[in-house]
Order: sequence, then C-alpha cells, then structure tokens
Amino acid sequence: MSIRRIFIPVATIVVFLLLWEWLVWVNQWPNYKMASPTDIWPAFWKFKHLFLQYGWQTLWRTIAGLAIAIVVGTFLGLIMGMSRSVREALYPLLVGFNAIPKATVVPILALMLVGEHNINTILMAFMISFFPIAVSVSIGLSTLEPEYRDILKALGASRFMIFRKIALPKTLPEFFGALKVAVTLAFIGTNLVEIIEPHGRGLGHLFDSAKINSDYPLMFAVLIALAFMGILLYYVVVILEQIFAGWAERSPT
Amino acid sequence: MAAGHSPGSHSESPLIQLKSVSHTFSTATGPLPVLDGLEISIAEGQFTAVVGPSGCGKSTLTRLIAGLMKPDTGEVWLHGEKVVSPRSTVGMAFQNPVLLEWRSILKNVMLPLEIVPNKLSVKEREERARYLLALVGLEGFEEKRPSELSGGMRQRASLCRSLVHKPDVLILDEPFGALDAFTREDLWQTMHTLREEEPFTALLITHDLRESIFLADEVVVLSGRPAKSQYVLSVDMPGKRTLDDLYTPQASDMLATLREQIKIAQGHGKAGGHSA
Ligand SMILES: Nc1ncnc2c1ncn2[C@@H]1O[C@H](COP(=O)(O)OP(=O)(O)OP(=O)(O)O)[C@@H](O)[C@H]1O
Ligand SMILES: [Mg+2]
Repeated sequence: MSIRRIFIPVATIVVFLLLWEWLVWVNQWPNYKMASPTDIWPAFWKFKHLFLQYGWQTLWRTIAGLAIAIVVGTFLGLIMGMSRSVREALYPLLVGFNAIPKATVVPILALMLVGEHNINTILMAFMISFFPIAVSVSIGLSTLEPEYRDILKALGASRFMIFRKIALPKTLPEFFGALKVAVTLAFIGTNLVEIIEPHGRGLGHLFDSAKINSDYPLMFAVLIALAFMGILLYYVVVILEQIFAGWAERSPT
Repeated sequence: MAAGHSPGSHSESPLIQLKSVSHTFSTATGPLPVLDGLEISIAEGQFTAVVGPSGCGKSTLTRLIAGLMKPDTGEVWLHGEKVVSPRSTVGMAFQNPVLLEWRSILKNVMLPLEIVPNKLSVKEREERARYLLALVGLEGFEEKRPSELSGGMRQRASLCRSLVHKPDVLILDEPFGALDAFTREDLWQTMHTLREEEPFTALLITHDLRESIFLADEVVVLSGRPAKSQYVLSVDMPGKRTLDDLYTPQASDMLATLREQIKIAQGHGKAGGHSA
C-alpha cells in the first residue's frame, strides 16, 4: 500500500521527465524555446547554493503568509458561518477584493510599505490565499444540519461546546480541501512580488535575474524548484489532513 | 371537543404537561399558526405516542418540550418546573440518527456524558455506553464508524446516545420513520427491552399507527394545523407485548379508531370524536 503510494507518483514523474526530454530532442527545440531536463539539472547544480538560500526565503515567506491566511480566513469563515447577517455583509466585500488582479496590488503594497520586502511578500501570499479558506469554513458551518446542533443544545450545551464538539470537527474536511488550494495560491502570491518587485531575494528574484541574463535553463530550473516546493507543502497538508480529518475518507468499497 | 382527556386520568401531577400551548411561525408568506391551545399531559413512566397529519406541528411540539424554543403563549412544564431553556434530563432521537462520523460508535454514545454534568469517570462512561450498546444488540460494533453500520444499527446507536445520561424524559421524533418494515419491527422490540431495563417517560412522534399502539400506553391524535389535541386513545394491552398482539380484534379496533381520527384530522371525515 505505502510502496504503491510512493512508487506510482515517482514513476509518473520519471515518465513525465523522459517524455519531456524526448519531445525537446525530437523537435530539436533550442534552449530559449524549451529547455530539456538534462539542461536544467546542470543549471540547478551550478547555482545550488542560491537555490537553497532563495528557496528557503520563498518558502518561509509563503508559509508565514499562509499561516496568517489560515488565522484570518478561519476567523472570517467562523463569523460568516455563524451569522447570516455577517455573511451577507461580508461576501460582496470579499468577492470584490478577491476579484482584483493581484499583480496590480504589488506596486500599491510596495508604495505603502516601502522597503519592507518581507512584509510585502508575506502580505501578498496572505491576501491571495485566505479567500478559499474563509469561504469553505463558512460553508461548512452554515450547512451544519440543525439536528446536529439540537442534540447538544437539548442537553444544555453552550455555543462554544457545540462549536468544539460538532461544528469544528465537521468543518475540518472542507478546511483541508481549501488549504490545498491555498498552498498553491500562496506560492503564486510570494513569487508575484518577488518577480514584479525584485529586491534581491527569493526564487522569483533568481528567475528575474536568469531572464535578464538570458539563462533559459536557469529559468526553467526555478520553475521546477517552485513546483517541487509546491508539491512538498501540498503533501504536508495531506499528512495533516490524514491526521486530523482522516475519518472523512471513505474506504473504497 | 368531546375527547381530549385520557380515560384513566392520573392523580399525581404529570411529569410533562403542556398548558394551552400556542405557537405561530412568521414565514415569508405571512404568519403560520402551528399549535393552537395544545393540552397534553404525560405521567411519570408513561409512554405516549403522538400522531397527526404531516406538517401539523409535531416536531415543533418536541422542540418545545426539549426547551429548544419557547411557545408564543401557554406553558410547558416538566417535573413541576416551567421549561424555559434546555435541560440535561431530556434525551432526544430523530429520524436522522445524526451520528458524528469522526467518532466511533462507542464515542458517539458517550457524547452526552461529555456535556451533561456528571461524576462518572471515563471508564464508567465507557462501561455505561457499552452496556447500552449490548442491550440493543450492537455488541462488537463499538469501535466501528457510523458509516460502517446499516441504517437500523445507526438508529440503535442513536437510541443508546439518547439514553446514556439516564434522562427522565425521552423525546423521539419519528426515529423509525426511515427504516424498512422488518428493521422497524425489530427496533420496536428493542424499545420494549430498553424500557424494561431503563425506566423513562417517553414521547414518541410517529406516522405509523401500528407502531403507536405497539409501543405506547396512550396515543394522542393531533388535529391538522394549527394542531390541538383532538383525541386520546388509551392502549389497553397489559403484559409483555408481542407483534402478534397487533393482529388481535382488539388491536384492529384501536387501529380503526385511530385511522378514523386521522381522517378527521386531515379534514376528510366528519368532525368530532368519540372515546374508545
Ligand atoms: N423554524 C420555522 N420557521 C417557520 N416555519 C416553520 C419552522 N419550523 C416549522 N415550520 C412550519 O411549521 C409547520 C409544522 O412543522 P413541524 O416540523 O412541527 O411539523 P411536523 O408535524 O413535525 O411535520 P412532519 O410530520 O412532516 O414531520 C410546518 O408547516 C413547517 O413548515
Ligand atoms: Mg416532524
């Protein structure tokens, strides 16, 4: 079982890389059109220290933004899920905010917080990723069948008790579903700032300098590194999900 | 209304008493009167079934007794006290077993003990839950998830949960309504077993007239919305009841009477009712 769960994804990736290499070779694509995996690896190896350093910067800022998104998103989801009027009041605002292309917010943030690159980047990761969390928590809470509430309420349970014993665990699967989306969004947020407002940090900056130097394999290497970190964080969420909401997974019958 | 009182009226003050309870919901299409001067009294240890047309206000009645809502006018009394909020001496079960999927069956049954103040240790709570589960025939399923059980088994677990904190009053809102006929009859007998082992006063809402006379000491027929107590049938079946008791001439008479009353309640038959 566990061998299968590791072997199959790894095999898929290997096949994918082979296919990629083959496509580039068959079409005789030059580097600037499409680098092949065998070009990318040397590029990565050459700058491995930079990858480690910048990769870490991107990672921690993404995780910090995500953490804020979890706290704020859960809080918004809570108040929207518990009260219909709050939901009706906040939804238009949130949807409007979410609809703004985030690339346009980057310069605004840069002006508002001049020089605070870390905060800029974390804020963007947060802004882009809290929405799905808020929506899913609020839906999870507002669709709680009244009978679930009633079995505890009829025993004299407090609102907090009902929340802790029923609403919270019942919302966990939705929460983790949203968190998986939020993880990838948060990476987009971090890199948006790192690429648009390069300030010498993060993988986005490495990408930008590769672009300036026309180092195409390096550009692809950065993309691969980002994909790798995305996968890594995604699986961290999957593991947490299995620990805290594993009950929601029905055994295949 | 001629009928409205049980033939064998009880001398001591009843455990549950509704005193001219009226309630009106305000809906998008205007006010909806649901209960209209409803009077019901249930003595301690008595099992009362309530039948009535669909949507007449039966579930509303259960929510009032449980203290989950307050009537516009009239009073609900429990144990000689006016009900103003939920109290832990009540156990409830619904048509939907509402088991928590993230808990094992055992932990589901133990849930009320985590809410209701009690002096039981975790071990004692577990013993209590195991005892009830064994009583309803769920021994060996304690560690299973609700989704691994059949509908009838889930409803059994739900009954255990409603009884685990030894409530004085058991409120059942069509708990067997969604089950097939055989499973339902099985559960009727389980109810009798439970009642022998765990004394409680019960109010059962049902659509099944056979169920009402098989389980209850008294059957209250509610009129159509807004509901008032239209008729009270006292079920005279002493001793341990078996399913065969449902096929005696006496049972047929009771069922015919109830059917007649339901027709009246639905507004199809002639008005007025006569005591059995
Ligand atoms: N919270 C509410 N707000 C507005 N109307 C309600 C509310 N609860 C119930 N009603 C209405 O009151 C009426 C009685 O509802 P109730 O659920 O008590 O009926 P019931 O007798 O249990 O029905 P059934 O036999 O179908 O279970 C219905 O018409 C229902 O639509
Ligand atoms: Mg109902």
